Amino acid sequence: MASTLTPSQYIQHHLTNWTYGRHPDGQWGFAHNAQEVADMGFWSIHGDSWLWSFSLGAAFLFVFHRAARTMTADTPGSLQNFVEWVVDFINDNVRGSFSAKNDVVAPLALTVFVWVLLMNLMDLVPVDWIPWLAGQFGQTVLGMDPHHVYFKVVPTTDLNVTAGLALAVFVLMLYYSVKIKGVGGFLAELSFQPFGKWGLPANLLLEGISLISKPVSLALRLFGNLYAGEMIFILIALLYSGGIVWGTLGGFLQLGWAIFHILIILLQAFIFMVLTIVYLDMAHQKH
Amino acid sequence: MNIGLTLVGQTIAFIVFVMFCMKYVWPPIMVALDERKKRIADGLAEAERGFKQQALAERDAEHKIAQAKQQANDILSQAQKRANEIVEIAKTDAVEEGDRIKEAAHAEVEKEVHRATEELRTRVSVIAVAGAERILKKEIDAGTHRDILEELATQI
Repeated sequence: MASTLTPSQYIQHHLTNWTYGRHPDGQWGFAHNAQEVADMGFWSIHGDSWLWSFSLGAAFLFVFHRAARTMTADTPGSLQNFVEWVVDFINDNVRGSFSAKNDVVAPLALTVFVWVLLMNLMDLVPVDWIPWLAGQFGQTVLGMDPHHVYFKVVPTTDLNVTAGLALAVFVLMLYYSVKIKGVGGFLAELSFQPFGKWGLPANLLLEGISLISKPVSLALRLFGNLYAGEMIFILIALLYSGGIVWGTLGGFLQLGWAIFHILIILLQAFIFMVLTIVYLDMAHQKH
Repeated sequence: MNIGLTLVGQTIAFIVFVMFCMKYVWPPIMVALDERKKRIADGLAEAERGFKQQALAERDAEHKIAQAKQQANDILSQAQKRANEIVEIAKTDAVEEGDRIKEAAHAEVEKEVHRATEELRTRVSVIAVAGAERILKKEIDAGTHRDILEELATQI
């Protein structure tokens, strides 16, 4: 595809979501280019992010639910063994960093870790495969111009997805803060620290920033890492249009980056989970 | 790249996923894991108990063996003693028997000697009478000369 597009168009194409939303003229429909996506503003849904994140989450729950249903304390099968390994790993982490008693945190951590990991793993699929398939599908079945078929495969390179996760975590943080400490306790925590009651405005400012920065950093860290990784894959993929020499170099680069990227994929999923646990633990702490 | 409804949808999806996980995935796994943990702990405790029992049984067996050895030794020494006693008794018996036999023999010999002496005496007296008869060429009345004969016989 890169042969018919300029490099910047190619990159632009890869970074645009398959978007359904409200056009500025009030009509609902799919966006045909990046400008239309931008014009839609808030009233837009990224079909590709939705499709992949939802399928991956459902796949995770399906597999784990199947393992959980046939769970036995006797000798485990290979699926059960794998599931137990993951669950044990999560459980150890939750026990290590979460001191209060809460039945939500461990399943939450499990969901966050596995789901984010699966979404990140989509980054290892070569950047053109699935978009190309989607393009062919759009062309033959829907009669669309393949250049107008936008399809991003890695949900965590969509800020909506990571921010959505962070938002849910933030809501839980607020919920448990209020539940454990009461509204007054929570407000007192924001107002009377670290400078005592005479420094109330400064306290409110500092604590407010620190509170808001938690979900923001959570969302941006994951998004930034995966977006950058995806971008490098796209840049490497550009080399394939440069002839045999550049193409071979691109192959090696892609392999090397993919191997290195496995680390980032795992690490970011892990960090997201650990920070979720830590933030919720902080919400449970009474001062 | 703009924030849109996707964010809201993701948040809702995430919450639904977590709730599903919390209800249907996490608890059964934890139950099974805890049960296995308990089983392993029980098994280890059982093994521990088994070891203790074994040690106890070993000590018991050692004790019993020592007792048996002691008993055997006792029996052996008793038997030894008894044997010595028997030998001792047999010895004294034998000595007594020997003495008795010896005495009997002595008595026999004495009797024999006595008999022989008597016989010799009578014979000597007969010979003496015969001799005297021959010397005197006349018959001596044995009845009248009994005193002399007797005196002779005692002299022999």
